[in-house]
Amino acid sequence: MAEQLQVMLSLGFMQRALAVGALVSICASLLGVCLVLKRYSMIGDGLSHVGFGALAVATAVGWAPLAVAIPVVLVAAFLLLQLSDSGKIKGDAAIAMLSTGSLALGILVLSRSTSMTTDVNNYLFGSILTMRQEDVWLSIALAFLVLVLFFGFYRKIFLIIFDETFAKAIGEKTRLYQWLLAFLTALTIVLGMRLMGAMLISSLIIFPALSAMRVCKSFRSVCLCAVLISLVCFLAGMVSSFLFATPTSSSIVMANIAVFAVMTLVRRIAQKR
Amino acid sequence: MSLIACDNVGFSYEGKPVLENLNLQVEAGDFLCVVGENGSGKTTLVKGLLGLLPPAKGRIALGDGVKRSQIGYLPQQSESQRDFPASVWEVVSAGTRSRGPLLTKQQKDRVRRNMERMNVLDLKSRSFTELSGGQRQRVLLARALSAADQLLLLDEPTAGLDPLVTVELYRMVAGLHRQGMTIIMITHDIPAALQHARHILHLSTAENFYGTTAQYAASPLGKLFAGGTTNG
Repeated sequence: MAEQLQVMLSLGFMQRALAVGALVSICASLLGVCLVLKRYSMIGDGLSHVGFGALAVATAVGWAPLAVAIPVVLVAAFLLLQLSDSGKIKGDAAIAMLSTGSLALGILVLSRSTSMTTDVNNYLFGSILTMRQEDVWLSIALAFLVLVLFFGFYRKIFLIIFDETFAKAIGEKTRLYQWLLAFLTALTIVLGMRLMGAMLISSLIIFPALSAMRVCKSFRSVCLCAVLISLVCFLAGMVSSFLFATPTSSSIVMANIAVFAVMTLVRRIAQKR
Repeated sequence: MSLIACDNVGFSYEGKPVLENLNLQVEAGDFLCVVGENGSGKTTLVKGLLGLLPPAKGRIALGDGVKRSQIGYLPQQSESQRDFPASVWEVVSAGTRSRGPLLTKQQKDRVRRNMERMNVLDLKSRSFTELSGGQRQRVLLARALSAADQLLLLDEPTAGLDPLVTVELYRMVAGLHRQGMTIIMITHDIPAALQHARHILHLSTAENFYGTTAQYAASPLGKLFAGGTTNG
């Protein structure tokens, strides 16, 4: 097994996938804590479908995928935030509309271009073969941005998620920080969805946060624990997908499900004492 | 000058008036209770005082040295906080206004002092969700104190608490008042208002009452509401 791991680490595409995946895992888990606690989990899911539509259109037209997807997903993120606050259409219904709509558009566009099946598969379920050197640089830049903003505004982010009314009352610009979260989430999703696929990227956002919340009692420990869980599950998924030739993204999600189950069990046992 | 002066203030939602012709002055050291039935505009008034809702008519003036953001606000408890992973320390220190991600030593000392005042320092590293209703309110009061120097705005602080804990919480609020805090408290509990307040504002769809507690007790409105509930 040690030998196989050595082989895995020596492959260029594996190194790139590991770098991008690890960085995306860190960002997704931190943002996930915020989204889950703010009851915005479904926004992550909706955005990934919008990202799929945007990538598909970009591919068909022949534009650079990320240059199209990032602004489109950003706009969608702001729209979703606005919609879920205005209360005109219920937030969950708005997300469902937007995500199925983008999915349908993406598949329609892809079916008109030539190599339908492989492309659709890669977009929907991710591929570690698609990572290029630019993606690695972009992930490093993104991770840097997320970490700096998250820690720079850590206390404000906590306050706004925990008690928005109080935050407003003491004069915080809550809207600004909500947008900041949406902005970072959109970036993370676009970058991560090529590795994880549009269908599975939101698991990186939701699972580590929920697993951490089973056992941790302070916001800080939930954040740290979620990052740790996310990294461990990503690595476990990568290694097992290499060893057993399973799809990478589903292996990562499976690892996350396993950790969630264990954490739930730990919580049960702790509560019984 | 008063800390807060409302001059003929009116609020409206989507063109419909909610509160009208509201006049009141809150002096430093005052204890004002706002009572009134549901839908009479108590929550609207809170939003207005906090600056979250601009008045449609009239003017709310804040006195010297009071900024909107220096009102220590105790919101009504929200459902989503019930399962929020946060330690008591994290909750109380969140009331501190600071630019950076870290608190200075003075800010930490102040947080600790306010926790002592509310008798929650020993709960410091406990999880907020594990606390009883009364402990939770004391933690949120400590947070309000971390944000405020002189004025507290309490929105139904005893809602959902059992009678013994309610009495204890009123005792603590009265203690803060004695220490010089100006208090504005929204409440359903008219006997408690009569016991603690110096001034009472009774919001009503018909006509608002504003005056001292003694005037309120003697007024028809006060007699009607207090008479029915003090015996019970």
